[in-house]
Amino acid sequence: MTDIASRPAPGFQSPALSAALEWLARRAEGVVIPLAALVVGMALFSVFIALIGKSPTQLYELMWRGGFGSWFSIQNTLSRAAPLLLAALCVALPARLGLVVIGGEGAIVLGGVAAAAVAVPLAGAPSFVGIALMGIAAMLAGGLWIGAVGALRHYRAVNETISSLLMAYIAIALMNHLVEGPLRDPASLNKPSTHTIDPAFVVGPIPGMDVHWGLVVGIVACVAAWVLIEKTRWGFAARIAGGNVRAAQVQGLAVGPLIVGFCALAGGFAGLAGMIEVSAVQGNANGSLAAGYGYTGILVAFLARQNPLAIIPVAILLGGIDASGGLLQRRMDLPDATVQVLQGMIFLVILVSDTLYGRFKAFNPDLWKRSA
Amino acid sequence: MLPQFMISRRRFIKSSAAAGALGLAGAGLPLGAARAAEATIGFIYVGPKDDFGYNQAHAEGAAFLKTLEGVSIVEEENVPETVDVQKTMESMINLDGATLIFPTSFGYFDPHMLAMAAKFPDIQFRHCGGMWTEGKHPKNTGSYFGYIGQGQYLNGIVAGHTSKSKKIGFVAAKPIPQVLLNINSFLLGARAVDPAITCQVIFTGEWSLAVKEAEATNALIDQGVDVVTCHVDSPKVVVETAAGRGAFVCGYHANQAPLAPEKYLTGAEWNWANVYKMYVEKLLAGEDLPNFTRGGLADGFVKMSPLGPAVTETARTQFDDTLAEIMKGGFSVIKGPLKNNKGDVVAAEGQSFPETAPELEGMDYLVEGVVGSTS
Repeated sequence: MTDIASRPAPGFQSPALSAALEWLARRAEGVVIPLAALVVGMALFSVFIALIGKSPTQLYELMWRGGFGSWFSIQNTLSRAAPLLLAALCVALPARLGLVVIGGEGAIVLGGVAAAAVAVPLAGAPSFVGIALMGIAAMLAGGLWIGAVGALRHYRAVNETISSLLMAYIAIALMNHLVEGPLRDPASLNKPSTHTIDPAFVVGPIPGMDVHWGLVVGIVACVAAWVLIEKTRWGFAARIAGGNVRAAQVQGLAVGPLIVGFCALAGGFAGLAGMIEVSAVQGNANGSLAAGYGYTGILVAFLARQNPLAIIPVAILLGGIDASGGLLQRRMDLPDATVQVLQGMIFLVILVSDTLYGRFKAFNPDLWKRSA
Repeated sequence: MLPQFMISRRRFIKSSAAAGALGLAGAGLPLGAARAAEATIGFIYVGPKDDFGYNQAHAEGAAFLKTLEGVSIVEEENVPETVDVQKTMESMINLDGATLIFPTSFGYFDPHMLAMAAKFPDIQFRHCGGMWTEGKHPKNTGSYFGYIGQGQYLNGIVAGHTSKSKKIGFVAAKPIPQVLLNINSFLLGARAVDPAITCQVIFTGEWSLAVKEAEATNALIDQGVDVVTCHVDSPKVVVETAAGRGAFVCGYHANQAPLAPEKYLTGAEWNWANVYKMYVEKLLAGEDLPNFTRGGLADGFVKMSPLGPAVTETARTQFDDTLAEIMKGGFSVIKGPLKNNKGDVVAAEGQSFPETAPELEGMDYLVEGVVGSTS
């Protein structure tokens, strides 16, 4: 940080270089602060590990190997990151409207069930028709679920954090009911599941990789969400409404449809995550759909500061921590909770680091001239 | 001898980790060559290893293997039934050089273990749950499972002697065949003592849902139940809640006596150490591993917790006699005349279903005397 600040005053440089520096400085803040927070969080965790009598160097070496150190590890990380991308969008999109929606899990499981339900009568249809209709059904189911959270918020003033969380429990109960009742494959005795989907509807791996297409879908969705928020008038309106609802209403913005629409889109993305779980991983809908991706997505979205583009590296980071967690258990005899302690520490430090924004002169070119 | 072996094993792992850091593992060689004399075996659990239940029962089996010469054990807990478990298996094969993997949760089988078995035809996979079918599933996979219903029958005998209110209770996860057989066996054991006893069942809907398990236990005791057992992944909450309310408990999966030494009567426990030992001995001897293995109390797949201090002498006598009868083999808990709790005959006079009977695997009823519904 200091090397930028200690450079000669911009007056002595060419305007182009100066402009480039300013551009860089303004954007560096959003990268440097979270990275520094990550390093601090890991340093704190080293102390914790040393206190329980294990070697922090061995720990980080294993984490690197397990998460990123080889082609196998990278694919392992990316496989685990794939569902987190869409799950995190379910938090990040409403967040731009000032809403804290934490019930993405509900949209994921219902999306999965909807996808499995439409796949059964479609068996025999062409591959792309089946996959497209499964995706649409899943997005509709998830969109309705989280869209309802938005509608309750705007039209009935129900707190969206509580309602989305409670609706996630309802969604899981509904999934259990459907999977164990009307949609059950009678052959699934001890693990109730829906009928297995037509093999033609399976979303396979990306060529040359052992990671399914869900990763690409997630990345495309993140980029699309970023464009929506930053580059379109709807995104602009959403950001205004997120900043100050009254101001947005005074400007004549349709805040209600904006809130419901963004929530529905967010839920649609989560529903799509459920469809990909069914199509690429499980092969049918069953209780394993409630794997907690919706909750990990909250962590990812907050670490990414609700920026859809930042969700991509953060999801990969958490996927890597998750992938290496197994190796830590196996090689260092550490309990699984170790990884949760690490995630918790990083989460806390990054949240605290939020208070640092705007405090460093290095990141604020407007202040450079004043001191010069 | 043993401590030295342990140390050398740790050193070995450390040095192989260091070797891996130098890039050996990166080259795709799973350190297998360095471990020719040793077999690495992977265990995967869906919950914590110390849950006093399903996962602990398997982890105790794995812990037993650690005492054997020539095997190295790698374990991973809290692995969900998603792509995570596939990657965990792959990681055990690629990074640890595991040649035999035990994915212990029921939901790991299809599609997760089958996908990995197709990808790694030289690696052996054995799954707990009994789903392997000849001709349908690959030869490098297999199933093992135990008939634990008779353990719940013995639980029921002790419960029947201990209950004063003549009401016993069962906290169950899901109304699936395995669970229904346990509930029915528990009630029939108690009715072998006193035909007036009833068993109230509450389904929580999930394998692991502590809050609902506590609520269900409290609700049972509020209704006058004074002996409780359960079939959930971790009986810890049920045992502690029931004992805290003054009720007696019968255990399941593992020994929960340390949680309630005074109130614990007995329990139906898995004896996986015995099963895992069989696999490992065959593996080390270079023999083929069986694809399908099943057994009950008589075969050493299941065992009973030692009887607790509250068990009376008459209860102990009937328990011992029945256990001796079961150990002879061929014992039937489900035998006619028997009706379900809707009044339909499920076993006619003279009809009996020993634990190996295929009819029991599709059980969809609760017997007369069980208060509750499967749907």
